[in-house]
Amino acid sequence: MRATPLQRLLSFIFGWGAALLLFFPIAWMVLTSFKSERDATSPGLFFAPSLDSYRDVFARADYLSFALNSVVISVGGTVLALLFAIPAAYAMAFHPTHRTRGTLLWMLSTKMLPPVGVLVPIYLLFRTAGLLDSRSGLVMIYALMNLPIVVWMLFTFYKEVPNEILEAGRMDGAKTAGEVWFLLLPLTLPGVASTGLLSLILCWNEAFWSLNLTSAGAAPLTAFIASFSSPEGLFFAKLSAASTMAVAPILVFGWFSQRQLVQGLTFGAVK
Amino acid sequence: MSTTSTPDATLSGSEAEATRKVGPLLVMPSVIVLLAWMIVPLVMTLWFSFQYYNLVDPTTRGFAGIDNYAYLVTDPDFWVSLENTLILLVAVLVITVGLGTLLAVVFNLPFPGRNIARVLAISPFFVMPTVSALIWKNLLMHPIYGVFGALASTLGLPPVDWFAQFPLAAVIAIVSWEWLPFALLILLTAVQSLDHEQREAARMDGAGPLAQFFFITLPHLSRAIGVVIMIETIFLLTVFAEIFVTTSGGPGNATTNLAFLIYARALLQYDIGGASAGGVVAIVLANIVAFFLVRSIARRLEV
Repeated sequence: MRATPLQRLLSFIFGWGAALLLFFPIAWMVLTSFKSERDATSPGLFFAPSLDSYRDVFARADYLSFALNSVVISVGGTVLALLFAIPAAYAMAFHPTHRTRGTLLWMLSTKMLPPVGVLVPIYLLFRTAGLLDSRSGLVMIYALMNLPIVVWMLFTFYKEVPNEILEAGRMDGAKTAGEVWFLLLPLTLPGVASTGLLSLILCWNEAFWSLNLTSAGAAPLTAFIASFSSPEGLFFAKLSAASTMAVAPILVFGWFSQRQLVQGLTFGAVK
Repeated sequence: MSTTSTPDATLSGSEAEATRKVGPLLVMPSVIVLLAWMIVPLVMTLWFSFQYYNLVDPTTRGFAGIDNYAYLVTDPDFWVSLENTLILLVAVLVITVGLGTLLAVVFNLPFPGRNIARVLAISPFFVMPTVSALIWKNLLMHPIYGVFGALASTLGLPPVDWFAQFPLAAVIAIVSWEWLPFALLILLTAVQSLDHEQREAARMDGAGPLAQFFFITLPHLSRAIGVVIMIETIFLLTVFAEIFVTTSGGPGNATTNLAFLIYARALLQYDIGGASAGGVVAIVLANIVAFFLVRSIARRLEV
């Protein structure tokens, strides 16, 4: 599209202005993480950078266990959701029946149930089953929480595979399982990868169930960061260092998957 | 109906037979676990909401009729929490959709470094809620040590203790910062699908930038704006972590929303019956929105 020089200048000013303002809190967090605790409480730009805060956070023996919990729970929840979703999305995309449309919309509607509405029963069920503060409990919740989104995204990707390719495979004698494994998975690997990525992001940042269902043993990074909220423990630099480490990997993932994110988050309603 | 979605017609009889059997079998596991995940807690919440049930007082149990609901609607905290939920929802929607639409238009125009600027602008969406909330509360909004306080004193203004003086506004600022990138991302995608020829034609006919925005861009975006509003509403009705780590619902009940009220009833006061009644209210509220959201997505769905 052609733009007048004035339009270019204005969009440059507003675009970069907005970008810098929106990114400022993150940049400030990273900056503060390199300050000493003494410097961190005075909002200055000039200070002697140090890695002390990172060292301190790591020195808390449990930091690694929180990080490990985040990894295990996010990956576990994502893999479990994919295991359920891949066959379902495959069947609905390639062998639709008169019920497929209804099933898809119903799955979507389960996502609309507010977590706080079912907090009480889930908490009591977990207490009875001994799943409170366990990784496997959160893995189950996260898989179920993301299953509708994962099915929808995979369904969208599978729909874009031309049926002729599968036809050719069938001619060569591929059975359903082989069709999925040797033809569909390689063809839609980018789709499966970005679906998994979105699920990972959502699991990693989830902060309702992780705060309510874990205490120490299975608590992921969201809960670890929340422990900095006590007024006695106001350590700005350490909070910033821990936050930077908790946010950095997922921020990078997010940058790479912006496009697919739109589809996944809006259930294909916006293209 | 798209052309790629009718494979059965091209299959031979026995193969079609086979897929008819295999298809539902593959969908079934997902349907069963989702059904259980939805029905079991839903029925339990409904059941508990009609029961006297307190975890620390095992002596009083039994059918409560509508007592839990009656107690809820006579509790001033409940109405305050509904009000806070609504204020939070509307304020964040206005801020994110309004600014999101403007920024989507800006980011659709070519300017140097646009891609990098866009990546920076959408970054807040990937920050976990507990980090967003604590960074804002401590590094930015702290009256003595925060950036805003320093800016204010440079300008000769008295520093503002945001979480004491304007607690709900502070929460609104944090939540808006988290959701503006979402609105921007979705609306930018929608703007980019706008037909260039249509805009070009309008321009030739002498429509200025403002006229183009109001008569072409905005109508084109209306659907996407609707989707953004509905998806955000679902999440904003139950904002929790941001309140949990910054204000714990206070001071007093100034930032207690419905989600935090239910949490406090259930896990701080152990009043299972009362919390469940609140849960039912939250579910009903969310379902009103969900009805419209599912309907608008269904219109777009091709199977």
